[in-house]
Amino acid sequence: MSDVAALPIREFARPRRRFRTLRKLVAHRSFLFGATVMVLLTAAAMAAPLLTHIDPTAMQVRFRLRPPSAAFPFGTDAFGRDVFTRVLYGAKLSLWIGLSVALLSGAGGAAVGVVGAQFRRLDPLLMRVMDALMAFPAILLAIGLGAALGPSPSSVIIALAVAYLPRTARLVRASALVIRELEYVEAARVSGAGNLRIIWKHILPNCMGPLLVQLSFVFAYAILADAALSFLGIGTPPPAPSWGNIVSEGRDYAVEAWWIMLFPGLAISIATLGMNLLGDGLRDVLDPRLKVEG
Amino acid sequence: MAGEMLLDVQNLTVQFRGDAGWTSAVENVSFQVGERECLGLVGESGSGKSVTALSILGLHARRTARIPSGVIAYRGQDILRLPTRALRKLRGGEIAMVFQDPMSTLNPVLTIADQITETLILHQSLSAAAARQQAQRLLDMVRIPDAARRLDEYPHRLSGGMRQRVVIAMAIACRPKLLIADEPTTALDVTIQAQILELLRDLQDELGMSVLLISHDLGVIAEFAHRVMVMYAGRTVETAPVRALFERPVHPYTIGLLAAAPRLELDTDRLPTIAGSIPDPASIVPGCRYSPRCDVALESCRNLPPAMGSAEPGHLARCPPRLAALGFAA
Amino acid sequence: MTLHPLLRRLVRAIPIILIVAVLTFMLMHLLPGDPAAVIAGSDASVEAVDRIRVQLGLDKPVVTQLVLWFVRLAHGDLGTSLVLDQTVLSAVMERLPVTASLSAVALAITVPFGVAFGVLAAYFRGTWIDQGVMMLALLGVSVPSFWIAILSVILFSVTLGWLPSSGYVPMDQGVGQWLAALIQPASVLALFQIGFLARMTRSAMLDVLDQDFIRTARAKGVSEWRTILKHGFRNTLIPVVTVTGIILSLLIGGSVIIEQVFALPGIGRLVVQGILARDYPLVQGVMLLFGITFVVLNLLVDVLYTMVDPRVRNE
Ligand SMILES: Nc1ncnc2c1ncn2[C@@H]1O[C@H](COP(=O)(O)OP(=O)(O)OP(=O)(O)O)[C@@H](O)[C@H]1O
Ligand SMILES: [Mg+2]
Repeated sequence: MSDVAALPIREFARPRRRFRTLRKLVAHRSFLFGATVMVLLTAAAMAAPLLTHIDPTAMQVRFRLRPPSAAFPFGTDAFGRDVFTRVLYGAKLSLWIGLSVALLSGAGGAAVGVVGAQFRRLDPLLMRVMDALMAFPAILLAIGLGAALGPSPSSVIIALAVAYLPRTARLVRASALVIRELEYVEAARVSGAGNLRIIWKHILPNCMGPLLVQLSFVFAYAILADAALSFLGIGTPPPAPSWGNIVSEGRDYAVEAWWIMLFPGLAISIATLGMNLLGDGLRDVLDPRLKVEG
Repeated sequence: MAGEMLLDVQNLTVQFRGDAGWTSAVENVSFQVGERECLGLVGESGSGKSVTALSILGLHARRTARIPSGVIAYRGQDILRLPTRALRKLRGGEIAMVFQDPMSTLNPVLTIADQITETLILHQSLSAAAARQQAQRLLDMVRIPDAARRLDEYPHRLSGGMRQRVVIAMAIACRPKLLIADEPTTALDVTIQAQILELLRDLQDELGMSVLLISHDLGVIAEFAHRVMVMYAGRTVETAPVRALFERPVHPYTIGLLAAAPRLELDTDRLPTIAGSIPDPASIVPGCRYSPRCDVALESCRNLPPAMGSAEPGHLARCPPRLAALGFAA
Repeated sequence: MTLHPLLRRLVRAIPIILIVAVLTFMLMHLLPGDPAAVIAGSDASVEAVDRIRVQLGLDKPVVTQLVLWFVRLAHGDLGTSLVLDQTVLSAVMERLPVTASLSAVALAITVPFGVAFGVLAAYFRGTWIDQGVMMLALLGVSVPSFWIAILSVILFSVTLGWLPSSGYVPMDQGVGQWLAALIQPASVLALFQIGFLARMTRSAMLDVLDQDFIRTARAKGVSEWRTILKHGFRNTLIPVVTVTGIILSLLIGGSVIIEQVFALPGIGRLVVQGILARDYPLVQGVMLLFGITFVVLNLLVDVLYTMVDPRVRNE
């Protein structure tokens, strides 16, 4: 179990450390850039009804396939819908899906990981199930699950959360296995602390750092994977705007009306890039042993 | 005394890039190694011994290290100004090196034969077959039993002592003029240490090499070296023929080292201890670097950089007050 | 009793395959509501729904269905498509050459570029070359592949007219045409893994270059490039082989999307069309085959791994 032995103990829970962590994060270039992108995107998504007065699904056939202009900054699609508006509303959906997937797979992964570490009898079965899930590339697993659950944002969320859960579970389990052997945790156990208390007071706070790093990347993957699923027709069904399905619809007009697919694609890239950079920053600061030097 | 100088190092300074700019790990170090001579280099951990040794082969990373001043003359040519190609010819050909930890200095995915023949093919343009035969003879020379069979093994199959013998075989493969041995026995068991040292001494005689021997162990130095240089915090503090150093040490640091080593014959694999610790290169006092730990330091020691002074021919020390007290003009 | 490490891995793979089989069985039962009704579609008659229910055995208790699923699998029966007039196995075999060709060509592009970029980035660490490679890796996990695929078609097929924009040509109709059909989709697919492989190679390389035996090689007078390639790279083969296994899985996974854009009649397209047509037995069978493929692939990587590392090989 070399992966267990190699894990240093983190003391993420101490407030003073947290403060220092925050300062380091703010000084980290790519974190700052990624966080700024994410904040701006979130703000734009939240303020969508203020930024545009057009209904994202409103069709105005007389304006169909208009190139970008002052009236339609990203142009219009084949139904005369405003691409800018659709991308903006798509942002809300994408970010919502990314966040939900991160939180759900984090909670589920933490639960599986902690249960595996604390209840040794269940561990082998749980870990084999995780192995089986991890044998699939996440996108393929999500496609299969998305297919089973039917096309809707919530089934995308569940499918992606399950697809990314095993990696989180392994991470939490590995930290938990180290932490539960520590003296003070032993001491807590001897003095009668129950399993739940140990999990809550010692194990979870201690693996918070790497978990947060992991989940920020899950957030990024989820945005990208959601776009792929709706592109394939397995995600959010039209006419509701999602970045993936706008690209998919724009594909047939890619040559004569390139703007339909260009802008949502850029939006996906920028959001994912921002989240990845944010994750890189978190990793460098919270989990320095994984730092990519250079 | 030794004959003509094979290696002549003058005012060598080596700096590393740190958080606060460049700091000197070695400063103004000068020494010579004569033909067939063995120079011992002693000092606490971090005093700059390895940094000095690596400079001779130009093995510092260009990105993080620089040598702002100094001359390293090998047979009259300055190694520091040698073009890369010529430097590579020297490495392994004329000057070879044995490192401290034989567990990590051999490449785990290449066989013993691969690693020894590489040097031979490179420097002596031997054919693969001839190089292999030569490699087997080299393994015999370093007293590895059953050499023919060992050739095709991977390093992980050998014990630490055996691996160090392989490293030595690799080093002497091209009959170098100068062998740099950086704590060649520190990582080994005490009994093996003695065997390896004996082997090194025999090889030195047999091949007529000069040796720069780096060690923590004053016992090893006393037995092996002709002359000794003592380093402290990146500077030379004393240099002398081996007898003079052990019998008439001048610098308080040398005296401390000798006092801390209970019996010279004793094989200690630990560093003799003196109260206090070596200063961090970045936070060094303007005067004598040893002054914060020195029992007899004067006020002037802390403020004025001490100059090297001569006690007797070939015996230099960087401690003006002691030299004056002993009656040598500083 | 001590088992050979490889045998031990083989034994560990068996329960994983069994679990994959159970999980794929469960796929159909995740459907919200009555699976037979969902499969039949919203405008199906009650009789049609009942017929599907009986046809798929959905009228039996779940445990019985699971047992029957395993019995069928034991006979090599992966089910029959509801839409295509074919068993799942024959449908997959028919499309296997496409996906296999696509993944193989993509791998053949990924490995040399990924490894070379990784080695270069490590050697020129901290320079613009290094930063460029790391940027490529970052974009590889940030830009949607289907979008790049469309942009690539616009550039290389529509504007420049160099390459066909879609379709597959079997190899027996000429290797040149086969390659011409595949080169664009395979390159797009590879583009997303090159950065990943380069990044992994780079970090493995940096780890190795820090080691003492690299200094030994330099001290022997070995040239810088030879040190990097012979002493450094040989030691990174172990992590690189492992990563390459992962990458092959990712390429196969990515091919599902790329086949869709380039209209390549492969297994990925089969599965997507199956999903859109609610052909669940097909989806189930293909997912199971995918799962088994990946488990076997991991096993092969382990075999390769032991062949590269003398410390394991000599055990
Ligand atoms: N690559 C490097 N980068 C930065 N600093 C270095 C580097 N190599 C050595 N140093 C610094 O130079 C000083 C001298 O190190 P050196 O390795 O020469 O000591 P040493 O005398 O060989 O000690 P030891 O007995 O432990 O081998 C130390 O303070 C060390 O931190
Ligand atoms: Mg050293």
